[in-house]
Amino acid sequence: MSKVIEKPKRVGKATVFINARLVDPASNRDEPGGLLVKDGLIADLGSHLRRNAPEGTTVVDCKGHILSPGLIDVQVFTGEPGYEHRETLKTASHAAAAGGVTTIVVMPDTNPVIDQVSLVDFIQRRARDNALVHVHTMAAITKGLKGEEMTEIGLLKRAGAIAFSNGKSSIVNTRVMRNVLSYAKDFNALVVHHTEDPYLSSGSMNSGEVASRLGLSGTSKIAETIMLERDVRLVEMTGGRYHAATISCRESLDVVKAAKEKKLPVTCGVSINHLTLNENDIGPYRTFFKVRPPLRREEDRMAMVQALANGDIDVIVSSHDPQDADTKRRPFAEAADGAVGLETLLAAALRLVHSGDVTLTAMLRSLTINPARLLGLHSGRLAKGAIADLLLFDPGEPWVVNKDLLRSRSKNTPFDEAKMQGRVLRTMVAGETVYEYAGVERT
Amino acid sequence: MTSKSNSNALNNFPRRHLLTCEGLSANEINFLLDLADKAADHIRRNGKKRDVLAGRTLINLFFESSTRTQASFEMAGKRLSADVMNMNVATSSVNKGETLIDTAVTLNAMRPDMIVVRHHAAGAVELLSQKVDCSVINAGDGAHQHPTQALLDALTIRRAKGRVAGLTVAICGDILHSRVARSNINVLNALGARVRLIAPSTLLPSSPDRLGGEVFTDMWKGLEGVDVVMMLRLQRERMEASYVPSSREFFHFFGLDQEKLARAKPDALVMHPGPMNRGVEIASTVADDTRSVIREQVEMGVAVRMAVLEALSAHLPSFEDAA
Repeated sequence: MSKVIEKPKRVGKATVFINARLVDPASNRDEPGGLLVKDGLIADLGSHLRRNAPEGTTVVDCKGHILSPGLIDVQVFTGEPGYEHRETLKTASHAAAAGGVTTIVVMPDTNPVIDQVSLVDFIQRRARDNALVHVHTMAAITKGLKGEEMTEIGLLKRAGAIAFSNGKSSIVNTRVMRNVLSYAKDFNALVVHHTEDPYLSSGSMNSGEVASRLGLSGTSKIAETIMLERDVRLVEMTGGRYHAATISCRESLDVVKAAKEKKLPVTCGVSINHLTLNENDIGPYRTFFKVRPPLRREEDRMAMVQALANGDIDVIVSSHDPQDADTKRRPFAEAADGAVGLETLLAAALRLVHSGDVTLTAMLRSLTINPARLLGLHSGRLAKGAIADLLLFDPGEPWVVNKDLLRSRSKNTPFDEAKMQGRVLRTMVAGETVYEYAGVERT
Repeated sequence: MTSKSNSNALNNFPRRHLLTCEGLSANEINFLLDLADKAADHIRRNGKKRDVLAGRTLINLFFESSTRTQASFEMAGKRLSADVMNMNVATSSVNKGETLIDTAVTLNAMRPDMIVVRHHAAGAVELLSQKVDCSVINAGDGAHQHPTQALLDALTIRRAKGRVAGLTVAICGDILHSRVARSNINVLNALGARVRLIAPSTLLPSSPDRLGGEVFTDMWKGLEGVDVVMMLRLQRERMEASYVPSSREFFHFFGLDQEKLARAKPDALVMHPGPMNRGVEIASTVADDTRSVIREQVEMGVAVRMAVLEALSAHLPSFEDAA
């Protein structure tokens, strides 16, 4: 197994959460109760702890709010190393903590690209020393993310890489992709792939009526589906474990569903943006809505939401991608893709719950136990002996997003001034409180 | 006139060419190995060269450069008193099927008795054999077959272990591109050994389990309790073509070092067809270990090739008396 450099566990401290609504998708638990944290682990939980705080413990009265496993975000871009002016591991981890995210997987699209053992080690040491939350490294699967030569998957995994990705680009060379999947299988390594044929995706937004009106070049969703279909064929041939990073349209969903019906080791994710926004939000060339894959039509968004409700989509990611003025304050076609999302992830996901489209359990499942299982983590659940990565939130509290208050070093949120309902009250990582809502906006 | 040993060869090895190990029977293989055993002992005793092939012409036709195999065949031919001619055909000038046949027809017109052929294309040696009247020995065709290598490996094992049947032999490394592996799988199976194939999935051919071996992608598991570890050479260009990421990673997971070798039986033999990439597929400490029989393999190479030449020579037309 991989040797992940972990934060030392906090020994000796005991905290008890009383008067909570315990929600744990892994065990289908949704009941009033309490939870005891000791030495960084969940020591006990259940209805018997609802009102009874054991002696000598710090008591947190949850006031009936929801206590769930901390969120796990499988796709987070940072700027470290190389673009620290956009985001560091430290600032990303503060944003995560404020968003109730206790584990982030950082992407290899840095400078230099995380394609060597020493760089995986660098990320993990920097994270151990500076980050508030658990940080796992997604290593590059091809050298320099060029899609040509595969990286040292075996050694990288031993160094602690949790999965492998080609970052924001697809591996175009089919032979390389076949070899990657085949080789990764021997090491039981997960290949996470961004599916977008570059020859079909030079446009700056989803192709269709809106793009035509705005005079922007469009990218058809077929670019995504074609690459995904190819990949599924290669998975069928090689048996490699494959995760489609972020799908965005009904056609892609059909491909994934068909693969799952064949019992292929295929899973998929969707970004929170594609669950809650559509191409109309771009409006007058708002570049903070320029993401990859591009925002699609409302019917595609609805298909994604439906699939999340059905369990056809495995995980939700924030796809947190910090960009600053030099990359975003540009004409739409020239602006960079990407939106920050760690701090708004839960609130945005709760929109789907409040609208009645997705149950609370289904939403949380795709942000806790599903990503944990995908990555082979032991977190993402409320269970005795599990690590005390916890999220306490009030699903009803209204608030308005103010980009200037974001902890992320970059402010490119598509939700600026958006009305949200649902607030993170407290975030705990390995038994240590890393975020606590003060009740007023910080200034 | 047919001599006694000739009729023996005619009965026990009824083939005009040696093109592949596929379909060779245990009897045929053992007959060749017995002959080779004698030849090896003869050489070790510093015996005089024999005249089995006196007056016969042997052409070494190598379309792919080779030092050791060509030298080994030349040595074998000369120890049997053949007239040996080496032809190194530049790969650049002859690389099309048509010109290969033209070459064959040209050489045939010179009436050699035997041709030893190495070619980079699988099946090329068999194609050539159809166009000539003499005996043809395959010295390696693409990723297809290298029969004398497998025979010398079997002889090395038999001499060191006293038998081949019942032994477990692991063949490790670039099986996808290896003619040595394919020939060895045939010979070892024919002799009743249990074969294991150990390689990353990217270096295994499709349907590897149908080749005649148990497949492992984990070398530590694959080497558990084996009697013989047979390493294959990894070509540098495999890294460039993304079959494996780097020689460092390959060595870590598929290179034979003392740690992995410890999984095999304590008296396991270590073999390599050469030339070795030290630090890529084999550690120097293993290559130079007392369990290594890599030098014996080279020695047995000459003996096995003498045996093959001798067995095939039985099928040559006998000489007319000088007028």
